[in-house]
Formats: sequence, structure tokens, C-alpha cells
Amino acid sequence: MSTEVTAKSPAPAPPGKSGGAAGGNLLQLILDGMRRNMRQYGMLIALGLIVALFAVWTDGDLLLPRNVSNLVLQNSYILILAIGMMLVIIAGHIDLSVGSLTAFVGAFAAVLTVQNDVSWPVAVVLCLLVGAVAGAVQGFFIAYLGIPSFIVTLAGMLTFRGVTEILLEGQTLGPFPEGLQKIGNGFLPETGPETNYHNLTLLLGIVLIVFVVLQEVRDRKRQQEFSLDVLPTNIFLLKLVAIVSALLTVTLLLASYKGAPIVLIILGLLVVGYGYVMRNSIFGRHIYAIGGNLPAAKLSGVKDKKVTFYVFLNMGVLAALAGLVVAARLNAASPKAGLNYELEAIASAFIGGASMSGGVGTVLGAIIGGLVLGVLNNGMNLLSVGTDWQQVIKGLALLAAVGFDVWNKRKSGS
Amino acid sequence: MAGPVLEMRSIVKTFPGVKALSDVSLTVRQGEVHAICGENGAGKSTLMKVLSGVHPHGTYEGDILFEGEVCEFKDIRASEQHGIVIIHQELALVPFLSLAENIFLGNEHASRGIINWNDTLRHATELLRRVGLDDHPETRVADIGVGKQQLVEIAKALSKKVKLLILDEPTAALNDEDSGKLLDLILELKNQGITSIIISHKLNEIRRVADSVTIIRDGRSIETLDVKAPETTEDRIISGMVGRDLDHRFPERTPHDAEVDAAPALEIRNWTVHHPIDQQRKVVDDVSINVRRGEIVGIAGLMGAGRTELAMSVFGRTYGRHAGGTVLKDGKEIRTKTVAEAIGHGIAYVTEDRKHYGLNLIDTINRNISLTALGKVAKRGVVDEHEERQVAERYRKSMNIKAPTVFEPVGKLSGGNQQKVVLSKWIFAGPDVLILDEPTRGIDVGAKYEIYTVIDKLAAEGKAVVFISSELPELLGMCDRIYTMAAGRLTGEFPRAEATQESLMRQMTKDKEVTR
Repeated sequence: MSTEVTAKSPAPAPPGKSGGAAGGNLLQLILDGMRRNMRQYGMLIALGLIVALFAVWTDGDLLLPRNVSNLVLQNSYILILAIGMMLVIIAGHIDLSVGSLTAFVGAFAAVLTVQNDVSWPVAVVLCLLVGAVAGAVQGFFIAYLGIPSFIVTLAGMLTFRGVTEILLEGQTLGPFPEGLQKIGNGFLPETGPETNYHNLTLLLGIVLIVFVVLQEVRDRKRQQEFSLDVLPTNIFLLKLVAIVSALLTVTLLLASYKGAPIVLIILGLLVVGYGYVMRNSIFGRHIYAIGGNLPAAKLSGVKDKKVTFYVFLNMGVLAALAGLVVAARLNAASPKAGLNYELEAIASAFIGGASMSGGVGTVLGAIIGGLVLGVLNNGMNLLSVGTDWQQVIKGLALLAAVGFDVWNKRKSGS
Repeated sequence: MAGPVLEMRSIVKTFPGVKALSDVSLTVRQGEVHAICGENGAGKSTLMKVLSGVHPHGTYEGDILFEGEVCEFKDIRASEQHGIVIIHQELALVPFLSLAENIFLGNEHASRGIINWNDTLRHATELLRRVGLDDHPETRVADIGVGKQQLVEIAKALSKKVKLLILDEPTAALNDEDSGKLLDLILELKNQGITSIIISHKLNEIRRVADSVTIIRDGRSIETLDVKAPETTEDRIISGMVGRDLDHRFPERTPHDAEVDAAPALEIRNWTVHHPIDQQRKVVDDVSINVRRGEIVGIAGLMGAGRTELAMSVFGRTYGRHAGGTVLKDGKEIRTKTVAEAIGHGIAYVTEDRKHYGLNLIDTINRNISLTALGKVAKRGVVDEHEERQVAERYRKSMNIKAPTVFEPVGKLSGGNQQKVVLSKWIFAGPDVLILDEPTRGIDVGAKYEIYTVIDKLAAEGKAVVFISSELPELLGMCDRIYTMAAGRLTGEFPRAEATQESLMRQMTKDKEVTR
């Protein structure tokens, strides 16, 4: 044993610092990074493959501007739910109530605007508030009374569904005022000179691209200021080109149809906002900490109960938002709205890299997972595959994604 | 005297990186109670796991002879078929099943898969009576106390036609009365011809029940003594337990003569804590300690002494019920009812169990280090990742954490490097008082030295350090003052100059007389 120690102590200079070996180490670093985020990279590649496959099978119909626009509209509410669900799952919990809650909020919106002529902006605010309260109540039971989230939200699932049916008296209620409909179906307004493209969308896309590039450059500068290792210039440029071309493609696709759907703008803001919160805010860090190791987080002074409470409150707000989008898109509140949405959201999170035991996952992962399901849905619709087989295929996709991850982890021996 | 029923010859057991048993031989005579004695980590439990087949044949070297034949147990079932039954410290009962169901778990009275309840209950009642329990066999295990549960375990062993009963620290979790009953039962079973091996470090218990005692130290069997012989005094056993060479190295330390006039940085007065479940039992009983700035104060004690429980209950009431007493920081009384309050008052507790209470193993080094003091690398709730990374890099260099980058998941590091991450995390929090609980447990000698150096530096910077450890040489090498604890009570206080391994061990094994 003592020989082992003496062998270790005259350790060479820390790796990654010696200039000559930098290239090899860097490749190692990138490979390590990829391996660490295997599920996400894997899923990104899988998403690309699925898109390519369906693009071929549908003779390019999948990537027609109209269809891309549709794809976004169809899946937006699941993606919104998946973001919140990702937070819940990272914190080590689950939320089964979100599908019923979306239906309930839709019904509430209908009662306000259709039956009682409340103006739609007021209704939106009230709906989000109701969602927050619903989330807070469930969060209270889970965080402060220590009732397992599975039980609390299962009760919520039944309760909210029931309340929806009571509110709607079993009927479908609609139509909604035009302003509210726009949330689900609307596009950015058209302005400016006549081009073949949607001007505002183009502009927005370009602004976004410039912003992202500036952000990346600034980030790199900051890293250099702190004298930390950075990507070498050529790889950094390659990364920029990849990001820009991806954003440009989507922008052009959308701009050559009716423009960017309003719900896509909302979704984009959510992704950026929540991505930032989870990565950079103290609150986000605390969510990872309690999900990763609750006792250790407690002993580190993390207010675990408060964090859990807010995670569920947040889920309630996002479920309310999804409820508004669904109701607006269908232009009616239905007692059967949002059926199985919770399961789709949970599946998205797990396909996108979440772990049953918590502590792992990213907002972007949830979006990727949601898109995998969305593209499968949309592609199979285009190919006129029946919903029966769609269910089977989506089920197998979930099993395959998580199975691959488990297998990969076991192989790398962690 | 009767011949040997069990012989273990030159047992060697290696775990990856650690030699748990280097050379242990043990001979147990038919019908005796044989005690095994040694410090925490000496290898007692590992030896018993080898014997009972938890570590199967082939994973260790050496021979086991039971009743004269060589045994090669491949699992626990195999050893139980020979009549060797081990009762672990953590009881292996299913809380929501009845006593009878637990006694016959895996060994049910059944024909073709259908349980014969009449048979089961009758037989269970018989066995329970044999261990002195008159509870109904259909009572749930969860509804009886720990003491009785221990007896149910023995009843379970009896149902397996036990010939050799192994008890691993059976009284560690019991109060005096229950301990007394259990020891009586062991003697009673001896009269019925059952041989027992009892692992214990309570010397008065050993003197009361054991016929002979084998001392294990650093993975070796040192000697076997006849307990009934007049020359086998408690001191004799103690010197066997501790008498090792001081082969650990410590940094040169000039004890700071802490300013005696100034109020202690941390003072705990009359601290009492009850067990979280067995609320009658005091796990920490009226303990008062203090530590000054620049001072390293040790707390010595064996398992179950209440050291960790003392520290954790002070640190945000993270252990136990009805914690009571006063905590003073720099002479002023403070509230430490939550972890956040304790941290706010400049107290840090570095856990003994880094995997469960110290680190988020799936997260990276930098995020683990920053967790307790995220505010320091954040503005208005937003973490500056670059600054965070820089902080982590600084600790990686200064603490010599061996990892390619600070983005390495902590779970992939070795024990010593994990410990350095935990220490970095708490040093980064900037406390005045650090409570270090077994900071060198399970790490190699080289890393130990590095951690001693860090502790020494902390004290030199004027921090107050409380150093909880089971390794006496370590305490003697590092501390300015050492407290000893046993069974929840403070049993001694030694200045560095007056402390020896023997004097400490005497106070550490000082237990209240077992009630008869």
C-alpha cells in the first residue's frame, strides 16, 4: 500500500496545462463531454435521424414550410408541459395532474370569456393565477406535509378532471374571443414591403442569430479573462456555423409560410428563460441538489421544502399556460381536453435524459424528447399510420431511449 | 475444556485498494462465548462476513474449519445450513410483517407453497418463549422496541437450529435494561450448548459474558486471552487494542496557545438529544464542550458513543428529537435550529458519510464545491459560471484534487479526492468553526497526510476545529485537547500532553455498569 502512495505523490503537472499535448487532451475533453451528455447527444442524433427518415418516407412533405408550422402548433403544449415536468423530475418527483389541470384551466377560461364576457387579457392572467394556486396546493402537500408526489398529483389528476366536467356540465364550450385564439393559432403579423418571405419572422430570426453569436463570443472572452481553457478558434467557429445554419434553416422555413407562430415565440422565451434558470440561478442549482442527494443538500443549507414547493407552483403555472394554448387552438374548452398529456410530458422528459431518481436532466433535453415524440406523431400522421400503431411505436421509442441509456451507463461502469 | 468447534486459519481478505484482513486466525471452543474486540475498522465485521459466507469462498485466502471439516461457504444459506447464524448490527427484520412471519422468513412452515399457520404460530410462540419474549407472535415487528427486535433475531436464529451464533455489536443500540436481558440470554443459550461469538467494545460486557477474547488490530489477530484468568484486566485488553506503532505521519504542529481569556469560538452546554424513533433513549446525555480559535479539539469515542449525533444535532437539528441545551458562539447564545442558521453563524459540519450526506455524486466537482455558498459566486440569484469554475480550479490546485477537470462527476473520484471536495466545499463557505467528522475514514495514507496538513492550516488561520475520530494516533498527533465520549456521555478531557492511547481508550470504554 505504501508503494502505491509514493508512486502517486510525485504526480506530473496537472493534465490539460502542458501546451504540447493540448490537442490530444482537447479531443479527449470533447469526447468526455459527449460521453457525459450521451443521452442528450444521442437523442439529438436520433431526432436528426427520425427527421431525415420521415422526410424521405413522406417525399419531403415533412419539411414543407406548412407542415413545420403545423408541427410546432401541434406539439407546443406538450413542450410547455415537458419543461415544467423536467424541473419536477429533476427535483426527484413526478406530476400526474398536469393533463387534467390543462383541461381545468381551459374550462375556466371558457367560463370566464364565453359565459361571463370577461376580457381575454384579464382571463389569461386569472387562468395563470388559478394554475399557480393549483400547483401551490399540491406543492404544499408534497413539500411541507411530506405526502409522496405520486399520490398527491394522482389525487389532483382525478380532482381537476372532475372539476372540469362540473364546470362544463359535460359540454364543449366555445368559441373564444379572437385575441385568445391567437395564442394557439396565431402568427406574427405581416409588415413591411412585399417579399417572398414573412418579414417580421426574418427580422426576428436574424436578431436571434446575432444575439446568440454575440453571446457565444462574449462567453468565450469571459472564459479567457478568467484564464480558463477555451475551445480553439477553428472548433469554436465550426460550432458557430452549426448554430447559425440551424437557426437560419428554421427561420427560412417558417418565413416562407405564414411566419412564426405566436406560440413558438412563447416557447422560445420559455426555453431560454428556464434553460438559464436551471443552469445559472441559485434556485436551479438547488433543484439539482435536492434531486441528486436530498440529505446532502439539506446538510448544505438548501431549503429543500421551499424549493420543492416552488417547483410544483411553477408546474401549475406552466400547465395553465398549456391549458390556454390547447383551448385556444381547439377554439373550445372540452371536458376531454388534455387527456394523457401528463404521460406525454413525462415521456418527453425521460427520452430527453431525465432520470427516475432525479438530479439529472436539462430543459433542452425535455424539448428534444418532446420533439422526438412530436416528429414521430406528425410523420406517422403524414404516412396515415393509425393512432393504434402510433401508440405502440411511441411506447417502444420511450423504452428504447431509456434502455439505451441504461445500457450505455452499465457499459461505462458507472 | 472442550475442543475447538471453529477454526479460522490465516484469513486474508482484500478489497480493491485496501487490505481489510492481513492475517487473522481465530479458534473458538465448543460451548463458549468468544468475544472479538478491536477498534473501529480493525476488521472485526469483515472477519464475520467471511465466516458467514457474505464474502463467499474464493474471495479470501485461508481456511475455515467448522466441527472439524473444511467449509467453503458460497453464500449465507450455505453457512446457515451448517448452523452458523450471524445477527448484524442493522437488524434484518421486515417491520410490517409479524414476529412469526419474520422468524420463519425464507424458512416457512409450508406444504406445496401454502403456509401452515397453526404450525407456524405454535412453533413461533415456543421460540419466543425461549428467548424470553411473551409477545403474541402475530404482533408486527414495527410495534416492538429495538431491544425486543434483537431478541426476535435470536429466535429466528434458533429456528435455524443454530450451533454458532454470531452477534455483531448486539447492545450498541440498546438501553441498559435491554442490554442486560440480552447478555443474560447469551449466557442462557450457552448453558443449552450454543456457542456464541460476540463483537463488542464494551469491556464490562465482555468481562460479564465472555470466556475468551480475541483482539484484532489493523486486520491482524493479535492475541487471544482467557477472560476468566486474573491477569486479564481491562487495561490488558486495552493495551492489546491500541498497541500499534505510530506509523502515521503528521505535519509538524506547534500548538497555538489559544487565548484563554477570549470566549470560546464555539461552546456547547448541557446538550442532550433523544433517539429519533426510540424517544426514551438519550443518545447524547448532558454533554458540554468548547473550542477556541486556532485550536484543534478532538472527540474520541467508539461506535455508538454519540459523537456524530452530538455534532449533527447542533448543526441545524439534523439528527434526533428533543435536542436541548445551549450553543454559544464567541460567548453569545445562538440559534442553530436549521442548517441555514448554523451556516449563517459560521459553523460547518463535514460529515463522516460523504457519499450519503456530503456530496451529490452525480454532479460535478465545481457544482459540489459551490453548493453551500452559491451566493458568493452569484449576483442577484444568478450564478457566474466562470467565477464558479475559477473557484473550483483554485481548490483543485490547492487541495491537490486529482481529477482531469473540475467538470468531473464527484462519484468517479477516489475516496480521498472526494473527501478533499467535501472539505473544499466547507472551506469555501468560510466558516469560523469546522466540525470534522472522521475526515480521514476510508482513504489512503498519502491523502490522509494531505488532509492533516489542510486541517493544520485551518487552525493556523485562526479557525476553531472540532476533530471527531476513532483513530487515536490521529487525534494524538493533531489535537491540542481531546474529549472522550462513551454511550452518549462525556467521560473525559485531556490536554495534549496528558493524553495517551491507553488513557483515552480507558475513558472510551467506560460504560455504565450493566444492570443485572
